Amino acid sequence: MNGAQDLGGAHGFGPVEAEANEPVFHAEWERRVFALAMAMGFTKTWTLDASRAARESLPPVEYLSSSYYEIWLRALETQLAEHGLASPEEMRSGTSRVPPGPVARVLQGDEVAPLFDRGFPSDRPPAAPARFAVGDRIIARNRHPLGHTRLPRFVRGRPGIIERVHGAFVFPEAAAEGRDAPPQWLYTAAFAAEDLWGESADPGGRVTIAAFESYLEPSR
Amino acid sequence: MPAEPDQDSIVGHDHDHDGHDHDHGSTLSPIEARVRALESLLIEKGYVQPAALDALIERYEHQVGPHNGARVVARAWVDPSFRARLLADGTPAIAELGIGGRGGEHMVVVENTPETHNLVVCTLCSCYPWPVLGLPPVWYKAPAYRARAVLDPRGVLADFGLRLPDTTRITVWDSTAETRFMVLPMRPAGTDGLDEAALAALVTRDSMIGTGLPLSPGDAA
Repeated sequence: MNGAQDLGGAHGFGPVEAEANEPVFHAEWERRVFALAMAMGFTKTWTLDASRAARESLPPVEYLSSSYYEIWLRALETQLAEHGLASPEEMRSGTSRVPPGPVARVLQGDEVAPLFDRGFPSDRPPAAPARFAVGDRIIARNRHPLGHTRLPRFVRGRPGIIERVHGAFVFPEAAAEGRDAPPQWLYTAAFAAEDLWGESADPGGRVTIAAFESYLEPSR
Repeated sequence: MPAEPDQDSIVGHDHDHDGHDHDHGSTLSPIEARVRALESLLIEKGYVQPAALDALIERYEHQVGPHNGARVVARAWVDPSFRARLLADGTPAIAELGIGGRGGEHMVVVENTPETHNLVVCTLCSCYPWPVLGLPPVWYKAPAYRARAVLDPRGVLADFGLRLPDTTRITVWDSTAETRFMVLPMRPAGTDGLDEAALAALVTRDSMIGTGLPLSPGDAA
């Protein structure tokens, strides 16, 4: 969706302000929100892509005026309610009123180290041969889906070149909606800064994205 | 929020990191109360285990961080064959050092040279190579960086006090999928006699994002 999350190239946000000796978390509630979101993700009720979709679906004004973990919290509450795992009233009170909904699994304390050391790879056996090869000239498709997408606005319709072929991966647009879809080839697509930003480009600069195959068409 | 008798036990492990006391319900801010109620509910429902929450926080607050990435960079500086493996396929090379996992399943390491400087961003959210750098700092997740890194990377570097020669071109890596990027910075001058541990101490988090350079030997003392 063309939401507030798609920030590449926006003006007006001012300089980058780094905090010296920044702590990992700035408040106890941030620690808890982080851990709750990670642990609920492990229940397999929704995908990581669905969580990203929930976060970027916040109204733009709220997205831009909320802190990072506030965004996570709001998205988590929305997902819990949408999946029938907790009602808004229960979340307000902190007390369960109805029996819990089903979850596929519950993360145990002694599972955290082995599972998170291994990670959760999202590459998959390819369903078809790769359409593009390194060096191919492409154009990023000009598309504006209402749902979750990983194609940023600033490359849409712009010419680029295939720089790497990463393999086939879970397609986030489908995974965000819980839809089954074939894995898609993932590429590094490189764009000349001048093709993206014209006379405002950093001279000689390039910007790359990790592009799913359906985001690209051959350049003629 | 209602005063549940067991709530202190739910959040009671980590107070010493904050330097102030969360035990008094009357002092909770609205968001603290909201999160505490949510945690209480999700535990009561059986969806989350308190020990798992504590283990997640401990892992990402105290165990995983840029010291991991610094070890990778230092190894690449001293071992050319490791450097070649790292640049060819990041994930298995990093795993040689016992580093890997969630948020770094598909690592791509990009090398700075005198001709090319690399800068990593996630314009759409906050994708970041967790196993080597830990959780991202606030500025990495905030709109100013995400908006400007792709359009005005040299201006962003100037915000960090980094000025590159005009002859150095910048490649920006937007982390739009599960491939995660780490910059291999150039080894600083004057480090010929240093061992791997001393080299790792020069490698800053920002030098592995591309918003900084490694320290010089004099800086790190």
